[in-house]
Amino acid sequence: MPAQITDDTVAELHAIAARYPKPRSALLPMLHLVQSVDGYVTPEGVEACADLLGLTAVEVSAVATFYSMYKRRPVGDYHVGVCTNTLCAVMGGDAIFERLKDHLEVGNDETTDDGSVTLEHIECNAACDYAPVVMVNWEFFDNQTPESAVALVDDLTAGNEVIATRGARVCRWRDAERVLAGFPDGRGDEGLAAGPASLAGLALARERQWSAPVNGGSREEQS
Amino acid sequence: MTDTLTPVLTDNWDQDRAWTIAAYEQRGGYGALRKALGMDQDAVIDIVKESGLRGRGGAGFPTGMKWGFIPQGDGKPHYLVVNADESEPGTCKDIPLMLATPHTLVEGVIISSYAIRSNHAFIYCRGEVLHVVRRLQQAVAEAYAAGHLGTDIHGSGYDLEVTVHAGAGAYICGEETALLDSLEGMRGQPRLRPPFPAVAGLYACPTVVNNVETIASVPCIVANGAAWFTSMGTEKSKGMTIYSLSGHVTRPGQYEAPLGITLRELLDLAGGVRDGHELKFWTPGGSSTPILTGAHLDVPLDYEAVGAAGSMLGTKALQIFDETTCVVRAVLRWTEFYKHESCGKCTPCREGTWWLVQILARLEQGDGNEADLDKLLDLSDNILGRAFCALGDGATAPITSSIEFFRDEYLAHLRDRGCPYDPQLATLYAPAEATA
Repeated sequence: MPAQITDDTVAELHAIAARYPKPRSALLPMLHLVQSVDGYVTPEGVEACADLLGLTAVEVSAVATFYSMYKRRPVGDYHVGVCTNTLCAVMGGDAIFERLKDHLEVGNDETTDDGSVTLEHIECNAACDYAPVVMVNWEFFDNQTPESAVALVDDLTAGNEVIATRGARVCRWRDAERVLAGFPDGRGDEGLAAGPASLAGLALARERQWSAPVNGGSREEQS
Repeated sequence: MTDTLTPVLTDNWDQDRAWTIAAYEQRGGYGALRKALGMDQDAVIDIVKESGLRGRGGAGFPTGMKWGFIPQGDGKPHYLVVNADESEPGTCKDIPLMLATPHTLVEGVIISSYAIRSNHAFIYCRGEVLHVVRRLQQAVAEAYAAGHLGTDIHGSGYDLEVTVHAGAGAYICGEETALLDSLEGMRGQPRLRPPFPAVAGLYACPTVVNNVETIASVPCIVANGAAWFTSMGTEKSKGMTIYSLSGHVTRPGQYEAPLGITLRELLDLAGGVRDGHELKFWTPGGSSTPILTGAHLDVPLDYEAVGAAGSMLGTKALQIFDETTCVVRAVLRWTEFYKHESCGKCTPCREGTWWLVQILARLEQGDGNEADLDKLLDLSDNILGRAFCALGDGATAPITSSIEFFRDEYLAHLRDRGCPYDPQLATLYAPAEATA
């Protein structure tokens, strides 16, 4: 894959560096930006970061290889992450991952021949109350089953619009990486505030009229 | 007597477009900021000290005391870094908070930064939660537009910049000094302490690192006062907190209650263990806290009582497993996680977790022998307290506690030459008639 780091990209890399008191702090978001442009951490992207920060390519690679979100091979349009940490695994994550490997005919951290889906088993993604969880381009798909996960990846490969359970319409993986680099895509208003499990305790408290103690300075009375 | 559930942080999660500044301010949001800006900085620190607020990220260190360690008048920049790298297995409270009401965190960031005299704060959010990053970016932009951030905030003369920083996938970055190395653009590996971050943190400057829920608890304390906060909770564990129930429970989710509620009470609120099943084991605060059993249902879930019961309150991530779950499989998977996430800096953790996985995998397949259990305990003893950071300690927690409570189940794997459990029965979608 030809490198696509252009002068515009370099300008954006500089913009990231300017957010921090010391430019090297920008390296993680800069690598996210490289992935959004090149589709993975390319040697050219590593060089661009190194040049800008006054580091060697080896120093940048040492950082890039430490973090699991940075990829050394091209990632598909849709990164499908199946949580197989203990709780999700027990609740069905292992079965989901096995089914998707069969269905997509790929192994862990591999991409389908058409370049649409990269499958990976991931660690706990902080949505255990919605287990088992599947992430698509780091958007939440809650309470999955092997069947629902197959339907999900079929929709992705067919190019159908897919909306996260708690999140936005799924964008391309590269577009997600651009947001993580600190360039908002203006889609924060999509999706809901909280899913049903997030509201489980609150709903019960409302039903039973439970609340925190109220005093003279309570937030309700201030408003 | 306070109510059983006391929603404060979660109280506006069901509001229409709760993530917007308009919704937040409609419910009195940013009122605490105006109050704090009218106070002396040390007075803000004092309120937090008096409230007894303790770190909600796992360690439970008194927040006000941590802030008090920041040297004043030292001429160096001070930094506030929010640890939003929530990734302890089972932990799922900060992510829904930032998704639903990011402004609660942003307001807390501004008040806390003001108190410690920081002019630049960072929210280090794990990268694997795209929509949460979007909501944080948007909330910070809204706060700037409203004059809550930037220069001379509301005419106070106080300046603050906030930067939302996305991580890149590394559990170890939840450890505060590894997080700081990562935020400096390096591999996320823990630092030797002392010096502690309060003296030499980000860029070797005085730095406070606090968990999301901790910082998000600051506005309500400033608004309502320390006495209001201490009216909830137990003697040494004050206030309300978010308990996260997951796994084999009828209504998993977030339950905000005063510290000291028991699992028996929480399970009752959540409809109990799923129908037709019974509790087998649970974690009080993520996988790094030793597992407990049905014998511990009445342990008050505060820092002291859970410690006295032989575990730790940790992140209050209550992962519930019923009798269909193989404890050896569960512990093996957690151990594989620690092996994968070990940063490699220290030998006990790097090598130890590798060997733990080898032995556990053998046991799970029924290929080991009884002496392997002693080997696991011996290895754990050589890691606990000898690793560079808490990751190594945490890796031993599920192993030693599961052997203590479920030694027979390990032996059953040897007797049966394999796992006696059907994993299908433990799934969310297992047919009820097959599992009941």
